[in-house]
Amino acid sequence: MDALLTPACCVALAAITAVEAKLYIAGIVALVSGLVVVMHRNSVIGALFLVLNLLSVAVMFALLDAYFMAVLQVLIYAGAIVVLIIFVLMLLNVGREPRGGPGLGVRLMALLLGLAMVFALVRAVRSFTPGSEDGGVLTEGYGTVSQLGEALFNQYFYPFEVVSLALVAAMAGAVLLAKRYLED
Amino acid sequence: MSEATTFCLIVSAVLFGIGTLGVLPRRSAITILMSIEIMLNAGNLALIAVSRVLPGQGGLGLVDGHVFVLFVLAIAAAEAAVGLAIVLALYRLKRSTDIEVLRLLRW
Repeated sequence: MDALLTPACCVALAAITAVEAKLYIAGIVALVSGLVVVMHRNSVIGALFLVLNLLSVAVMFALLDAYFMAVLQVLIYAGAIVVLIIFVLMLLNVGREPRGGPGLGVRLMALLLGLAMVFALVRAVRSFTPGSEDGGVLTEGYGTVSQLGEALFNQYFYPFEVVSLALVAAMAGAVLLAKRYLED
Repeated sequence: MSEATTFCLIVSAVLFGIGTLGVLPRRSAITILMSIEIMLNAGNLALIAVSRVLPGQGGLGLVDGHVFVLFVLAIAAAEAAVGLAIVLALYRLKRSTDIEVLRLLRW
């Protein structure tokens, strides 16, 4: 009943804030799971939280109207790459990282460098202006496969072919590396 | 710039910092590879967020950012395959994935 009485602009405003709320939730989930990946001693649990991290970033992609990229993120990252990582973890049977590790100095240095990098990046974000007014409408069909394919096979045709060559080279290299015994 | 775009860019910056925090002090080579994936992912998030607010053809949204993300995804897949193959080969040589043991290239 309320939805019938409220004007259309208020409904639109409510929709925008709903998308933003989902974006905030997905972002916080991504940050927390990323922290768990980095901090946890058990690599298997880290790999599982990496899946959560990649899926929440995929949700952010979808909320930013990059639908095809969200699908690719789930397929390639959360599907292929994490499965590869978990396979190697299983094959090598590496559980917990040994105690000890680097000294306090190295840890403090890493924390300082990480914080400095975050500050520099946030400063860069603050100074960024997209050069257009907010509130403009999105291009028709933004983020769909057809628009992406058109750009990929016209403007970016040669880079695309080079990437396919790089993938073949990486596959051959990975097979060769994993097959041969390295000599001491 | 809208609140959502700023939020996404800040999340991407902090995710990149988290990835740095994983690469520098950890000892497990596989954890370091996972942290590198987080950093690549943070870059992808920034590209997607910015490409949405840039002016394109007939409205907002430049698709070029998505093309770059596709390339980064392909290179990340290649990097993961080669990196894990190297970890596997080194494990057969040294029986460890601890980078304190794998210091062949250190002076």
